[in-house]
Amino acid sequence: MKIPLIYNARSVLQRPVSTALTALGIGLVVAVFIGMLALANGFRAALARTGSARNVLVLRRGADSELASGVGRNEFSIIAASPHVASGPDGRPLASPEVYVLIPLARPGDSTAVANVVARGVSAAAWEVRSNVKVSQGRRPESGRSEICIGEKIAGRFANTGVGETLRFAGRDWSVVCHFSAGGSAFESEIWGENEQFMPVFRGQVFQSVTFRLKDPAAFAEAKRTLEGDQRLTVDARRENEFYAGQSQLLESILQVLALLITSIMAVGAIFGAVNTMYAAVASRAPEIAVLLTLGFRPRSVLASFLVESALIAALGGLIGALLALPINGVVTSTTNWTSFSEIAFSFRVTPGLLVAGLLFAIVMGVVGGFFPARRASKVPVVEAIR
Amino acid sequence: MKFLRIVLANLARHKRRTFLTTAGIALALFLFATLRTVVTTLQATAQFGSARRLVTTNATGIVFVLPLSYAERLRAVPGVTAVSWANWFGGKYGDGKRFFAQFAVDAQSYLAMYPEMTLPPEQREAFFREKTSVIVGRRLLDVYGWKLGQNITIQGTIFPGDWTFTIRGVYTPSNKVLNDDMLLFRHDYFDERIGRAGVAGWYVVEIDDPNNAGKIAKTIDDMFRNSSAATKTGTEQAFNASFATMWGNVSLLMGTIGMAVVFAILLVSTNAMMMSARERTRDIAVLKTIGFSDRVLFGLVMAEAAVISLTGSFVGLGAAKWLYRATNFNGAGFLPGFDVTVGTLLFGGGIALLLMLASGLVPAIQAARLPVVVALRRVE
Repeated sequence: MKIPLIYNARSVLQRPVSTALTALGIGLVVAVFIGMLALANGFRAALARTGSARNVLVLRRGADSELASGVGRNEFSIIAASPHVASGPDGRPLASPEVYVLIPLARPGDSTAVANVVARGVSAAAWEVRSNVKVSQGRRPESGRSEICIGEKIAGRFANTGVGETLRFAGRDWSVVCHFSAGGSAFESEIWGENEQFMPVFRGQVFQSVTFRLKDPAAFAEAKRTLEGDQRLTVDARRENEFYAGQSQLLESILQVLALLITSIMAVGAIFGAVNTMYAAVASRAPEIAVLLTLGFRPRSVLASFLVESALIAALGGLIGALLALPINGVVTSTTNWTSFSEIAFSFRVTPGLLVAGLLFAIVMGVVGGFFPARRASKVPVVEAIR
Repeated sequence: MKFLRIVLANLARHKRRTFLTTAGIALALFLFATLRTVVTTLQATAQFGSARRLVTTNATGIVFVLPLSYAERLRAVPGVTAVSWANWFGGKYGDGKRFFAQFAVDAQSYLAMYPEMTLPPEQREAFFREKTSVIVGRRLLDVYGWKLGQNITIQGTIFPGDWTFTIRGVYTPSNKVLNDDMLLFRHDYFDERIGRAGVAGWYVVEIDDPNNAGKIAKTIDDMFRNSSAATKTGTEQAFNASFATMWGNVSLLMGTIGMAVVFAILLVSTNAMMMSARERTRDIAVLKTIGFSDRVLFGLVMAEAAVISLTGSFVGLGAAKWLYRATNFNGAGFLPGFDVTVGTLLFGGGIALLLMLASGLVPAIQAARLPVVVALRRVE
């Protein structure tokens, strides 16, 4: 027969201080667990959302980042003329040859600290090719002028990035005419301007990449084969979303390993705490347990009951941890993505799945920590304990 | 010391609990030391650099290059004693999973300017003699199991193609902060292969007097202001510091986690101490009855807390210090010279004292104030 749950609940409440301390200890572990994974999550999400499966990114063969790549004007014309490229309403190909460079911007408040921000020179088609990019404030830069548009995530994180202000880089003044959003993607950490304006001030007559919309999204493999097989081109073609997702791998795996390492060490400490608490509970309640056994409860039920009690304390801790971690959801932070060497700003993402994982993690800690004390409880020598 | 036996007997009363609490504290301090060392290592990297070396880069950004012809003009600047240059290469070796930095450097001037990179004279000579030779860090050699004289092939990503080099030297850094997993090859070979583009990624400028650093940097930047590529010159330290700041607020992150760790373990050990004191109410009452003073009992409980927290932190901090030194850990090249500093050890010691007070004080005061009659009656 099972021992009712209310027995455990009441026992836990009998020792409020001890329960609270143990639960809080577990809660902190869970909070760190959720927080660190939310960081990794947010970082991945930002890059995974960058780019679309319908777009193809073309780089020079062998280049693993846009920075390392170079595509000439002739090559762009050949790519744009490919039958796989979709056309816009005006009949022009939806293909954007882009200049991609890094410019140092000083972090606000500390002029020695710099971040390398992506400056992307795009063609007018880019705003159609990247369907998730939307101007949120102001108007698009006009062709032929020194105008730029700034991603929402970095607007305000650096000086002179407000609409109407003037930002100086590459020896020229650029007027900020708009801010844009891009569904939380890494594009929001970029500065966009016209490619023909960026080209002369940066690297001269060469683009770094070409992004185009596929006419038939299913025909990627064929488009890739055609482009890479073209004798006139030395390029690699990738799906745009896969390319950016690949850029998150290094830092994301560092963050995940770090999260697991730190939380597992912390978890061992918290489990030790749970073990101590449960042993003390068992020791002080030996007569009670003996009575339960005398009444006819099976040792197995006693074991289960104490495991449940331990899990209960841990679940309480898990709840506390989830509550502690919840406020960081949406907090924007930034770091350098070492794969692309550029500044990327992103938000912590606490997902429901992560909260459940935290809670489960807590319960696992409770069950592991409670097992040996519970077994001890089930083996209480009845006669001795009652006397 | 005559009370030592009582303290030890008390600790041995619940061997398991004593062990678990001590181990918990050890783990927490190990973690604390690790997290803090990440921060101190980044700081040390940011502060690395000789006061006599300046770095000149393209003002537009680090991905832009400077003409090689600047070298002569830099040498002519008053106060400049030597000039060297280097390029970032960015190639992949093997499957490219493990990252390491490769630089094309002007061999003679670069090694002369970095005495921190020590290598035997005959290897140095071989590097100067052979155009396709490379020198690599000791760690890199060990990681890949390379040997002197071996040929290795790197795939260029920025500069396409297969680049085959012969390993002619192995350097060991005399300053731990300097990375020991870099690969250096010759700039003249690099220039030849990329079609004599005549570019340098950055210049390293040695000056005669560190006090003139600001003035010389300004002279250089003014000189190139209206040239094809404007420059930005600063001390080597500022150059390195700018890389460290690219991590963003990693220090804050590490600090927050460290605090959470310390606080969590505080809860666990306080709980353990309170439990053991509660269970011993009767013992304490008996000791009082046979004449132990309140003060002695206070001391006994505090001593117990001290033994647990000090032992735990000693083990944890010691393990961190030893482990990272023994394994020569460097965070996959991102954290060169990863070593637990004395400051961190002292900080950890401070936390141990805090733990002792926080976990011992309440039970100790309770023990000292315990009314004997009540306690004895309550127990039986």
